[in-house]
This record gives sequence, structure tokens and C-alpha cells, in this order.
Amino acid sequence: MIAEAGHYALVLALGLALIQSTIPIIGAKLHDGALMNVARSTALAQLVFVGASFFALVTLHVVSDFSVVNVFQNSHSLKPMIYKITGVWGNHEGSMLLWVTILALFGGLVAAFGNNLPLSLRAHVLAVQAWVATAFYLFILLTSNPFARIASPPMEGRDLNPVLQDIGLAVHPPMLYLGYVGFSIAFSFAVAALIEGRIDAAWARWVRPWTLMAWIFLTLGIAMGSYWAYYELGWGGWWFWDPVENASLMPWLAGTALLHSSIVMEKRNALKVWTILLAILTFSLSLLGTFLVRSGVLTSVHAFATDPTRGIFILLILCTFIGGSLSLYIWRASALKQGGLFAPISREGALVLNNLFLTTACATVFVGTLYPLALEVITGNRISVGAPFFNLTFAPLFVPLLIAVPFGPLLAWKRGDLVGASQRLMAAGIGSIIAMAVLWAWTRGGSTFAPLAIGLAVFVILGALSDLAERINLFRTSLPVSFRRAKGLPRSAWGTVFAHAGLGVALIGIVCETTWNTEFIASMKPNDVAQVGGYSLTFEGTSQRQQSNYREQTARFTVSRGGEPIAVMTPSKRNFTTRAASTTEAALLTRGASQLYISLGDTGADGSVAVRIYHKPMVLLIWFGPVLMAFGGVLSLSDRRLRVGAPKPAKALHALQPAE
Amino acid sequence: MYEVMQKTPLRGRLSAGQKFARIFGVLFLLALTMAAPAHAVQPDEIMSNPAQEARARNLSRELRCMVCQNQSIDDSSAPLARDLRLLVRERIAKGDSDQQVLDFLVARYGDFVLLKPPFEKSTLPLWLLTPLVLLGGGLALWGYSRRRSKAMQAAADAPPRLSEEEEARLAKLVADPGEPG
Repeated sequence: MIAEAGHYALVLALGLALIQSTIPIIGAKLHDGALMNVARSTALAQLVFVGASFFALVTLHVVSDFSVVNVFQNSHSLKPMIYKITGVWGNHEGSMLLWVTILALFGGLVAAFGNNLPLSLRAHVLAVQAWVATAFYLFILLTSNPFARIASPPMEGRDLNPVLQDIGLAVHPPMLYLGYVGFSIAFSFAVAALIEGRIDAAWARWVRPWTLMAWIFLTLGIAMGSYWAYYELGWGGWWFWDPVENASLMPWLAGTALLHSSIVMEKRNALKVWTILLAILTFSLSLLGTFLVRSGVLTSVHAFATDPTRGIFILLILCTFIGGSLSLYIWRASALKQGGLFAPISREGALVLNNLFLTTACATVFVGTLYPLALEVITGNRISVGAPFFNLTFAPLFVPLLIAVPFGPLLAWKRGDLVGASQRLMAAGIGSIIAMAVLWAWTRGGSTFAPLAIGLAVFVILGALSDLAERINLFRTSLPVSFRRAKGLPRSAWGTVFAHAGLGVALIGIVCETTWNTEFIASMKPNDVAQVGGYSLTFEGTSQRQQSNYREQTARFTVSRGGEPIAVMTPSKRNFTTRAASTTEAALLTRGASQLYISLGDTGADGSVAVRIYHKPMVLLIWFGPVLMAFGGVLSLSDRRLRVGAPKPAKALHALQPAE
Repeated sequence: MYEVMQKTPLRGRLSAGQKFARIFGVLFLLALTMAAPAHAVQPDEIMSNPAQEARARNLSRELRCMVCQNQSIDDSSAPLARDLRLLVRERIAKGDSDQQVLDFLVARYGDFVLLKPPFEKSTLPLWLLTPLVLLGGGLALWGYSRRRSKAMQAAADAPPRLSEEEEARLAKLVADPGEPG
């Protein structure tokens, strides 16, 4: 009953989406306000029905209704409650339902808080949202129905893949999807602007908060996924240049570029045509990511060819939306007027440079991910593109970009003063040279690359702080005055400081982890001692334990430094009976930003255990950096000038509803 | 050793990379069966000479575990990856240079084994796209900014021109000053 209700709600949502994709457009053509307002009601109703459908699936998982295929294949009655809930999106059908639920959520938000949008723009935006929604409802209903029943229901389910039975699953996919799907708003605004043939700075004001919100979620989602892989996979890797990761990195790079170009558009009314293109590209890359991962084309081109229903369907969606929006762009973009002249050395110029490097980086990831597939399809030759390729092509792009980052905010709009900006960055430059020299002396004879890279990171961080110091006149007036200025600074300025500094922080983490990671691999017997990164780890022995749906073997290590005991670490291995599968649960000991990492391997006949122990200096900075960036994004989002996205004078702002 | 490798079934245990792919996307998840997690480099594989072991590790990161998804043999726990790791170490112990080890593996398994594809005709687009996009984008921007600044200059320099209609009116006014403004 619940399953049928959920299924029916989804069909109704499709019906609503069909209405929403046509009626408002007709209304806009006829200048009929009532017809245009249909979009608002249908978007909200759609959200209600998809929400009900999603809630139905959650309920089915919670009550373990194994007469539903999706629940049977991915759940188990003994599974802890949290994983029963998160297991809803730990599979293909459920994750697609989450995808459309989030799409409807964003549509609903535009409908609910877009009162200050011009009526026809809102109608067009919501209609475009509905086109995307229609395609995905059809995809779910025709190829991936999560509510399908089994004729003779089994007693017990097959359980969720053990790797996914982790808190990471509760957070990572929803975050990632909020990011992916959030860019659909920017896409819909871009397509709506092309249809209307009109675009102005106000448009950028509406788009920026949505893009920023999507970007925050995507940033956190990627960082969270990376940390999850780090602690779950048992060998301490955190980025693999895997196609699935690349699929999320591409929209992030394009989205970051979009975020910056829309600033130029909002402030200076320039780069309009380019910003529209970026908005289309960013969401297209999100769709591409969905296709890459969903169609199975990555696993093998042949597997794709043998069961292509889903893949072909997504490919069709992809071609329709990317092809359609780009054709519309080519057809209509010339109608958009260019505005806002600027000299090459200016804030705008710096942001254009940022866009150039970010899109090139994005193109590099794109070609590295898709070229092997294309080559195999066309010539049958198989090549591999992995980390060594990306390290060689992608990493160098970030060096000039990072050098330029601190200059951007210090340059004036229209015509900047590079010499002046350099003078103001003198302190940051000196600080970074000192950091390089100290590191180089300290690691004597070690890698020359690491001190240079850390110097660059320090430059980025100090550069962000110099920008702040500059704005509040630090040391040039009295401290209380500076403090008052700091308080009065727009939140988006603080946002820039945090986001840019986060970039430097992440770079320090990446360089430290890759350069000074210590590894210890051995078979250990009880009372063996391992010396890693200045710590002594004594293996005390192992013990067994039965948990609700798995059996756990736990090893005990006492950690000491300089003879002083510090902590006990207990890495474990879990055996899941239902799937006859096991996972490693690494033990992590955090000391400052560094971590000790132990994971267990196979147990030998003589009672010895294969153990890998790592000391990873500054590793937490890798994820702390993105958190800082996202925090900067949140600050910027809370800036009152951005909150509404309406080109109204400041006085009127209070009367309007916030868009968050 | 080589016989062992050929007998190894290609369907190995699930590698860390495959697990990772699932985690990260939660996307194609499922379907595959999972076996005991294992580590990539095992204690018994490690060479006694630390310099040679370091070389072996570096080479391992450049080589693909052919039964895994985009996973180097250094990261993978598949049996084939283990065989390849042992093979790399065997060649190093026999005194091969790094390049000789790579050449040996490419001769055996083709370019597919290299995670960094060689620079050749079929991989030109792969290698050249990045510099071309950067260069092309840079040139386009340079041209665009020059064009626009020229247009700006021209607009600033040129004396304001009258439209045809205004010229006609001016001519009329000169001819017949009596007409009101």
C-alpha cells in the first residue's frame, strides 16, 4: 500500500511537472499573469508529491518491507536504524529518487521565495526546472522504479553493502546532490534569460546566492567523500583521480568559475555571455557526472553495451539538455548586450584569469576522464589515464592560479594598479619566502618541491589576510578603529578572505601528506613494537565480538611517545554474514592536525596480523581547507546585499523575504 | 612466477579502488560481491634493499591493475596486482632500470598498463588539449581586450558625428535661418 502510494505520488509529480513545463511558457507568451503563476503552485505541489514519494520509500526501508525489491536488495531487518534510513539512497533507484526530490526542493524554494523576481522570469525559470524534472521522473518511472514489488516476498533482505554502512553515507550523497542539483537553478536562470533575450546585473544578483549555495554543498560533499574514502578504505588515500571523483570535480571547477564570473556580472555588468555559458556548462557537467556514474559506462564499455537501457536513457537526457541549451545559446547569445569595459589589469581581469585557469583545469579533467572511453569506442584501443597523468597536467595549472589569487581582491575595478597591489602583498611575499627558507633548512636535502609548494600556500593565506588588513587599515590607525572597520566590513569580503585562505590551508595539507607521510607495513605478533613518525606502537593482541549484523575482530595498540603512553588505538575488521563480506575499520589518532592511522590486514596462521601504520603529518588540513572555503561561502551568502537578490535600495531590503 | 600469474583468475577480490568508486558515487554500488578486505602491499612482498623498494613503490604507482577500475597496482589488493608487484620487484632485483621494467610490462600488456599514457599519435588530443585550451583561451582574451580597448579608444577620439537626419536639418537651418530650432 505504501509502495503503491509512493509510486502514484511520483506519477502525479510527473503530471505536475508536465503542466509546469508548458503552461507558464504559454502564459509568458500571452502576458497572462494567471497562467504564469501556475508555475508557482505546481512547483510547490510537485515538492509535496515527490516529498511524499521519498518519504514512502524511507518508510518502506524503516519497516523492512521485503516485498519491495529495492528494500529486499539493500536492507536487512537487523541493520541499525540509521543505516536503514541512509540505505534508501545507497542504491541506484533510491539515489535517483533523492536526486529528483532535491530538484523539486530547489524548484519549491524558487517558487516560495522568488516573489521579487519579475513574473515572466520566474515562470520561465520554473518551466525549465520542470523540463529537467520531467526527464528524470520518466527515467525513474520507466527504467528504475524504486517501488517495484516481488511476487513472493522473502523473509529477509540481502543487507546493504557493508562499505556503505557508515555515517558517511548519511552525509556525503545528500551533500553532493544538493551541490549537483543546486546548479540546476543557475542553468534554469541562464536558459530563461536566453529565452527572454534579456539579462542584466539584477539577473546575476538572483543567480549568485543559488550558485553559492550549490557550491557550498558541493565543496563540503566532495571533502566529506574524500575523508570517508580516507578512513574507510584502509590505506589512507584521499584522492584517486577516479572517474567517479572526476565527475564531481568537474562541476566544482566550473561552478567555482561561475561563482567568480557572476561577481563581475553583478558588479560591472560585464562578461554576461560568458557567465550564461558557464551556468549551462556547470549543470551540464553535473548531468554528465550523473550519466558517467549511473550508466555503468565506466565499469566497462562492454557492460554498457550489453544492458544499455538506463545508459541510453540518460544519454538521451544528456544530449537533449546539453545540446538544446547550447543550441539556444548559440542562437540567442548574440542578442545579449555587452557592457562594462575594463583594462586587462583590473579586478575584472583577475577574475577572467581565474576563469581561464579553472575552465582549463576542468577541460583537463574532462579529457582525462572521457578520452579513454572515446578511444576505446572509436578504435578499440585501451589506454589508462590515472593519477600520474593528472599530477603532470592538472597540478601545474594551479600554480599560476594560486599566485594570482591574492592579487585579485587587491586590484580595483575597471583599472587596477599591479605595482600597488604587489607593494601591499610585500609582507605576504616576505612571509612566504621565510617559510620556504625555514622549511628548506629544516628538511635539508629533502624534497625541494615541498618547501616551494608550502611557500606558495603561505603566500595565498597571508595574501588573504593582507587583503583583510588593507581593508580595515590595520596598524595604520588605532586598533579600536580597525576593529570597528572589521565589524563594518561586508560579510562577502570576509567570505573571500576565508575561502581564499582555505585554499592555501588545503594545499599545505596536501603537500605535507604526500611528502612526509611515513608508512610501516609488517606482520606483527603480540608485544611487537612499531616505530612510526616518532611514536612507538605496541601491539597488545586481538579480541572478537559479535554485533547486530556483523562480527568484529579488534586489535589493541598502545601508543607512546618518548616513553610516555598517550593513547590506545583499536583498529578492527568486520565480517558481515549476510553478504559474506568484510570491511576494515581503521583506527585514527589525531594529534593537532596530524594523524596516526592503523588498519588491519589478514591474520596469519601463527596469530600474527598484517598491519599498516601511517603517520600523516598535517593531513587534516586537506579537509579543513574546504571547510574554511565553505564557511567563507556561508558568510558571503549571509551578506545582506546578496540575501535577497533583488536590485532594490538598501532601505527596502528589510521588507523582503530572505532567500535562504 | 609467470605461470602463477597466468593462472590467476582475472576476477579478483574487490580492490580498494572499486570499493572507493562505490563509496564516492554511491552510484553504481552493489551488484559486485565483496570479499575480505586486504591491503595493497603485503609485508612479505617488501624488498630487503630500501632503495630498491622505494623504486618499486614509485613504479607501482605508475602501473595499472588491469582488472581494477583506474587503480594502480600499488593501491589494489587484487591478486593480479600482487603478481605484478612481485614481477616489478623481480625485475628490479635482476638489475633492470625503471624504464626497462616499464618497457617489459608494456611489451607484455600493452599501453593499457601505464597510468600515464605515452605521448603518441592516438593520445595527441589527450596531451595537447590542456595547453591548447590555455593558449587558445589566452589569445582569445588578448584579442578580445585589444578589440574592445581599440573600440573604446576610437569612440573617445572620434569627434561626435551627426546622423544623416541631423545633417539634413543642419543644412536646412544654414540655408534658412528663420526656421525655429
